[in-house]
Amino acid sequence: MAQSKITLEQVRHVARLARIELSPQEEEHLRADMDQILAYVDKLGELDVSAVEPTMQVGESGTPMRADEVTNSPDPEAMLANAPARERGYFKVPKIIE
Amino acid sequence: MASPSELNRLTIANAATMLRKREISSTELTRACLDRIAAVEPRLHAFLTVTNEQALEQAAAADRRLKAGDAPELCGIPLGIKDIYATKGVATTCASKILGNFIPPFDATVIAKLRAEGAVFAGKTNMDEFAMGSSTENSAFGPTMNPHDLSRVAGGSSGGSAAAVAADEILGALGTDTGGSIREPASFCGVVGIKPTYSRVSRYGVIAFASSLDQVGPFAKTVRDAAIMLRSLAGHDPRDSTCSARAVPDYPRALSGDVKGLRIGVPKEYFVAGMEPEVERSVRAALKQYEAMGAKTIDISLPHTAYAIACYYLVATAEASANLARYDGIRYGMRAAAEDTIALYEMTRAQGFGAEVKRRIILGTFALSAGYYDAYYLKAMKVRTLIRRDFERAFETCDVIVTPVAPATAFKLGEKMNDPLTMYLSDIFTISVNLAGLPGLAIPSGYDTNNLPIGMQIIGAPFAEETILRAGDAFERSGAVTLKRPAL
Repeated sequence: MAQSKITLEQVRHVARLARIELSPQEEEHLRADMDQILAYVDKLGELDVSAVEPTMQVGESGTPMRADEVTNSPDPEAMLANAPARERGYFKVPKIIE
Repeated sequence: MASPSELNRLTIANAATMLRKREISSTELTRACLDRIAAVEPRLHAFLTVTNEQALEQAAAADRRLKAGDAPELCGIPLGIKDIYATKGVATTCASKILGNFIPPFDATVIAKLRAEGAVFAGKTNMDEFAMGSSTENSAFGPTMNPHDLSRVAGGSSGGSAAAVAADEILGALGTDTGGSIREPASFCGVVGIKPTYSRVSRYGVIAFASSLDQVGPFAKTVRDAAIMLRSLAGHDPRDSTCSARAVPDYPRALSGDVKGLRIGVPKEYFVAGMEPEVERSVRAALKQYEAMGAKTIDISLPHTAYAIACYYLVATAEASANLARYDGIRYGMRAAAEDTIALYEMTRAQGFGAEVKRRIILGTFALSAGYYDAYYLKAMKVRTLIRRDFERAFETCDVIVTPVAPATAFKLGEKMNDPLTMYLSDIFTISVNLAGLPGLAIPSGYDTNNLPIGMQIIGAPFAEETILRAGDAFERSGAVTLKRPAL
């Protein structure tokens, strides 16, 4: 595969979407990996799927419903126990700057 | 080095009988396992957390219950739990740095079920980070070695659970299987592993990788033991909206030993160039054994097999990119130092995720992104339909389908780490089964000239676990294979 399909800019765009900061080496490795993997998955293009429905669910279809009733008891201490930073009943986070 | 009592070498079925007759106690059995764990862990690294104290407390409680009579079959049995399951009060890492010191405030549904039956939990087993891998080399905490040859991988992603059962550290273990992560390590380690039909077992409390593919399943030393565990794991759970409400059969009862007239499909696409000849010979010999027992083999074709890996690596990575978006450093786990929230997310995820996880998130995000969704993700979803249809057609004339589990036996540590695609291609025989949502059983079919285990896969129609378990049990009891205990 001499032609490079994926650009560094595309990798950076996707990394931004995925909220992962990549080092320059990681960017280049991922660019090369993506080239190789996408070249491989391009073989799906050999199939004519124009008349095929996508598989949305593998198990039994439909979404089971239940009554809109509270079935658990709130336990804020348990929920906050793993917090990296907390203040009273809140998860503490850096200021969200405009 | 076996523990003096060697009780850790028992099967679940035999241990359960002896516990019931009070010939042994759960405390003795658990001690034997914990001693074995202490003896081999420095070389094996199957466990990330060993819960000695809690295990002995559970064993004592189990002994009281066994004394009172009428305890479930799993009462007092020491098990290992892949570190992907939420276990209340016990560290759960998913073999990742990003979860930090996360201690779940709840049990996964299947953990709660096993607890209620009085099972004993010896600890949390090693895995590929977020279940992404086929060798357990992607664990953030070091790989697990293959008990049959410590220079080789145990398989993945449930390598720790498979190795721990093979090494007689525990009598059974839980794994998960998204693209082969129970069946392949079972095959590499020479133990039994089953991935049930998608929706047969609740995924509540199982850290999600790919929600339309993930499935819970047991590792065991025999098919009967796997059937005993599956009976306890399966069943409806309102907290998993994909979980089936179908009644759970008494799986051990299906193990009649009879396979006369069983129609076994043999797909030509699973016996191809590039496979190790010894693997092919082993599975073909097993098919001859089935014929000798009265089964009938039928040549079939699953024409879209060659597209399964491409399909999987778009569907699974897309789903993973969504499932792993929650690891943001806000509510639990590791948090990087940062001035603003976006930087907090980006640095936490940069520092917390390993290379393979990042690779799959990036690939999955790309496949779902604007301009590429149709060409990649949607196309893969349509190919998935074609793969499912191949199996539906096959099951019109077959009761089960038999294939190798993997094209080769356990490879050397480090051998496949340079090229992700090479690693992905080793999933070729297991992946279609997840895409189609079918049950698949892996059992030992022999050993190669290096004494490495070879695994055979028995695939069933949806909810036909009884049929594949019966087929596997009959082969196991035929004497065609003499199991080899690792020299460890």
